[in-house]
Amino acid sequence: MTIILALDTSSDACSVALLRDGARSSLCVDAPREHTQRLLPMVDEILSTNNLKLHDLDAIAYGRGPGSFTGLRICLGVVQGLAYAADLPVIAVSTLQAMVLGARRELDLNAQKDVVVAMDARMSEVYWGHYTGIGAQAVVDERVSSPMDLAQYMNDLASRDDVVVVGPGWHYSDLNEFNVSAAFQGVMPKAQDVLSLAESSWLAGEYTTAEKSQPTYLRDSVAWQKRKRIRQS
Amino acid sequence: MRVLGLETSCDETGVALYDSEAGLLAHRLYSQVELHAEYGGVVPELASRDHVRKTLPLINELLAETGFSKQDIDAVAYTAGPGLAGALMVGSCIGRALAYGWGVPAIGVHHMEGHLLAPMLEDEPPEYPFVALLVSGGHTQLVQVEAIGEYILLGESLDDAAGEAFDKVAKMLDLDYPGGPRVAALAEQGDKERFTFPRPMVDRPGLDFSFSGLKTYTLNTVAKHALEDGLPDDQTCADIACAFQEAVVDTLVIKCRRAIEQTGFKTLVIAGGVSANTRLRERLEEALAKKGAKVFYARHEFCTDNGAMIAFAGCQRLVAGQEEALGIKVRPRWPLDTLEPLV
Repeated sequence: MTIILALDTSSDACSVALLRDGARSSLCVDAPREHTQRLLPMVDEILSTNNLKLHDLDAIAYGRGPGSFTGLRICLGVVQGLAYAADLPVIAVSTLQAMVLGARRELDLNAQKDVVVAMDARMSEVYWGHYTGIGAQAVVDERVSSPMDLAQYMNDLASRDDVVVVGPGWHYSDLNEFNVSAAFQGVMPKAQDVLSLAESSWLAGEYTTAEKSQPTYLRDSVAWQKRKRIRQS
Repeated sequence: MRVLGLETSCDETGVALYDSEAGLLAHRLYSQVELHAEYGGVVPELASRDHVRKTLPLINELLAETGFSKQDIDAVAYTAGPGLAGALMVGSCIGRALAYGWGVPAIGVHHMEGHLLAPMLEDEPPEYPFVALLVSGGHTQLVQVEAIGEYILLGESLDDAAGEAFDKVAKMLDLDYPGGPRVAALAEQGDKERFTFPRPMVDRPGLDFSFSGLKTYTLNTVAKHALEDGLPDDQTCADIACAFQEAVVDTLVIKCRRAIEQTGFKTLVIAGGVSANTRLRERLEEALAKKGAKVFYARHEFCTDNGAMIAFAGCQRLVAGQEEALGIKVRPRWPLDTLEPLV
């Protein structure tokens, strides 16, 4: 039977989850700026309460982003270290997709309805994606855009009523018309949902090595100011 | 004890394998200089992104080169600070998790302790006690070193670090990043007699430094001689680089001599990026020989950031039984004199 460990620190939450012979367990703390301190002790705790060693795992999964850049690297750094040390395959999972599963789990949503999930990307932008079906398949590529562009996307949808919107990205005033409640905005990426998606990826043979695992930042071209030279030589 | 060392505090990814019995086995360095050059300085987010791409492949190269396997590693040392927070997190998270995965001890190393001990990797290492001049882009400090972890801060820069001043002057002179070595190279073409720049704080007692006034003086000199495009002619640029370097080196020499007189020690260790400066090495050796003191420094590649110094410094502490808990502590600001002694 498959044993998979999942980790996520892409938001203020720090979480780990374990799948063992079909049984799941998870740990989650709201610990802003404490992820480096919390993550490995939580990994150790979930392994030891399950009487497992790292080498007993079949794979490690991680929330690969989008999310806080530093958070993504803390999670991936730890995952790279663990997976490299024990020669384990690594499964990358979209944090937005994990939030869709989390929303369905926590808010008891109708699985027939599509979900448009948005995270705050700072700098007046949102990371967002549109997902459908039980497995939360992506309808469009996940992206980073202005809240205005997201509003436009929503208003262009043929059937607005079949779509539920969740995630902290909906707080922007340009998205006020969607009236997203605090509970629906409170959905966060969590390791237990990363784990559920990782299980499907594992069965589909979608995994890679520690060395090849990277975060998905979505925002790759921040306008860092380039240097102007005085004299061309 | 065979220790894997990881360095990711700024813009170089360094890895090394150090053996407490056999010495340094191998080291690898990936420099991000080209990545940051077009921005004229280190962009922290880009630095972090590169560390997370390069660290494991470098460890693979290291193991391939030495013929050791993962199971041959007895402990892991990583730079825990000071440095760029995001960059430090990458090496710390990977390093601590590797150690956990292998079931071996881990230690977070102080980056400047790494630099300070780097000359110990040479064939003729200095003996304790000594005075250390730590000169880099982030630090200018004089430290009394009784033993590993027994540091008394004698003096430090009140504003810019010496290396930072070099980099800023390089920008004024339109030189590429990183500018320090380029200012030094340009200074070779300069006329020492043309300009005399002030030597900051040498007429005051004590061992503190200040380089921001010198930087402003340099900027004013550049402006005064600037042509229409805002830059002086090539020879004047070289003369300015020369005058600037002479002023920095002179200041460092005067304070080092003072520190040697004050402590009565016969050994000076210079470490950090600026310790690669040839003029500084020559002038210090000359000045301290008159006091019967000797100057020690690391080979050129270990003056700048590297994994070897982290593996070495970590090894000393690990052999003494120190190790890190599972919670990873990254310390972007971490005063050197708060470190613990070995026993």
